[in-house]
Amino acid sequence: MSTLVKASAASAPGADPAAPFDVERVRKDFPILDQEIHHGKHLVYLDNAATSQKPQVVMDALGRYYGADNANVHRGVHRLSERATEAYEGARRRIRQFLNAGEDREIVFVRGTTEAINLVAHGWGRRFFKAGDRVVVSEMEHHSNIVPWQMLRDELGIELAVIPMDDEGQLELEGLEELLTARTKLVSVVHVSNALGTVNPVERIVQLAHARGVPVLLDGAQAVPHIGVDVRALDADFYVFSGHKLFGPTGIGVLYGKAERLEAMQPYQGGGDMIRSVTFEKTTYNVIPYKFEAGTPHISGAIALGEAIEWFRALDLAGVEAHERALLELATRRLREVPGVRIVGTAREKLGVVSFVMEGVHPHDIGTVLDLEGVAIRTGHHCAQPVMQHFKVPATARASFALYNTASEIDALVAALAKVREVFC
Amino acid sequence: MSDLRDLYQEVILDHSKKPRNYRRMEDSCSRAEGFNPLCGDQLVLFVKVASGIIQDISFEGSGCAISKASASMMTGAVKGKTLEEADRVFEHFHKMVTGQPGDPFDAEILGKLAVFSGVCEFPARVKCASLAWHTLKAALKGEGQQVTTE
Ligand SMILES: Cc1ncc(COP(=O)(O)O)c(C=O)c1O
Repeated sequence: MSTLVKASAASAPGADPAAPFDVERVRKDFPILDQEIHHGKHLVYLDNAATSQKPQVVMDALGRYYGADNANVHRGVHRLSERATEAYEGARRRIRQFLNAGEDREIVFVRGTTEAINLVAHGWGRRFFKAGDRVVVSEMEHHSNIVPWQMLRDELGIELAVIPMDDEGQLELEGLEELLTARTKLVSVVHVSNALGTVNPVERIVQLAHARGVPVLLDGAQAVPHIGVDVRALDADFYVFSGHKLFGPTGIGVLYGKAERLEAMQPYQGGGDMIRSVTFEKTTYNVIPYKFEAGTPHISGAIALGEAIEWFRALDLAGVEAHERALLELATRRLREVPGVRIVGTAREKLGVVSFVMEGVHPHDIGTVLDLEGVAIRTGHHCAQPVMQHFKVPATARASFALYNTASEIDALVAALAKVREVFC
Repeated sequence: MSDLRDLYQEVILDHSKKPRNYRRMEDSCSRAEGFNPLCGDQLVLFVKVASGIIQDISFEGSGCAISKASASMMTGAVKGKTLEEADRVFEHFHKMVTGQPGDPFDAEILGKLAVFSGVCEFPARVKCASLAWHTLKAALKGEGQQVTTE
């Protein structure tokens, strides 16, 4: 056997599209997972909804770019700049394919979900909203899909309406039709809730909104790392996500917008790359997506995100989904068996997240005890304070999963929770 | 290596389960609210000051074991102290929880509060331990103003 074959087998587990999903093999792509985090305690990383870990190919892509191709994009006549531009635009193409968008120019690079929503609030909202208009969000939004609209409310006098959720953490869509008045200008909802794991019926939401001519923005930050998303099948007007939750680097994310929507929007920031011509009297803007990419972009981040997506798409995605569904079911069942534990968010359709509280123990204390056992989870309000208010808890503990988590890591979580009870109960 | 018992000492667990001076005070001369947005801890502190001395102090609220125990033990530590003395205790307490493990601290001034010396090994928990103290400072600032206007 040649070393060549061995090397490629080790570095690209998904290279063979027929290869069934094998979690142990995939874990080898994530060197960070194999470490002792406290003395004698192996890392169990269950904070994937905050940010995912990065496969080796993504780190290699960053190194390769800076080591061989680094130059500014869209500007140079020289070979290096052409290469950097090709790689940057190549990443855009990969993202377009990943989302099944129609055209590359519908993919705008931004810093992340937060910036993408702010870009739409500025470019679309400030352009088209008038006093008395309405934006509809849901009760389970991340603060990044609340605050930008509140800022517009205070600035323009628009109104923010909220789709309520029930005590399982499911949106009550019966009320949506009433919220969609003639003055409703946008529906902006989360695809998968980061605090509860609820998968929202976004197809239905888009249908209802479009039936009244209202465009829809979907926050896909917690959806894209788990399921295939087809923005055309969803018919979303805007779809946004962060690269760092999708095995890519921080500081890079995506705004997908239908071309006609993006074209109608005003630019977000002014500067280089976003212009066609500038005189002191008048500036004409560049075409989309460049109109929204002022200044030198996060070139290496975009390229590495493209690499992350390529890595992800090469996996057996049906196998990934089945694995993750099994993990979530197992975690839910095992946590229910821990005395005093109550799961917050029990929707029928869930992905990747189990939020819970434990009687008599504050989530922050759970988090500290788990950490010392090597188990990394998040505690707090998860940037979704209205969700905490709904469930009347100050905070929750949240275990969130990625495709590289295993059943034995859930054992570790449950064993660590027994330790919590030992200390506090 | 940091150990669970360095942080969650018996005294701390006891105070978190049975917080002392945990009550509303209707006739307090000043109150302040403390909030730790990171973990959702919140407490309301009630203080009664006369002749520059903390005559009575109590609190209410919800929070993690560390913040609850800290509030409970703080009320015990500063009751009957002058404002300057309370300030000095806070200074020492703050230095201890934000210092390095093994740093010396003044056991005489801190007394029972020395059980929080393990907190400095847990940077994520420093805010929990100091929330009540920052709230006290805010309450006393309000009190200082009230006193001068009287
Ligand atoms: C559902 C959801 N929306 C928005 C965000 C914000 O993402 P970012 O901080 O990457 O901009 C997050 C991540 O915390 C999220 O989970």
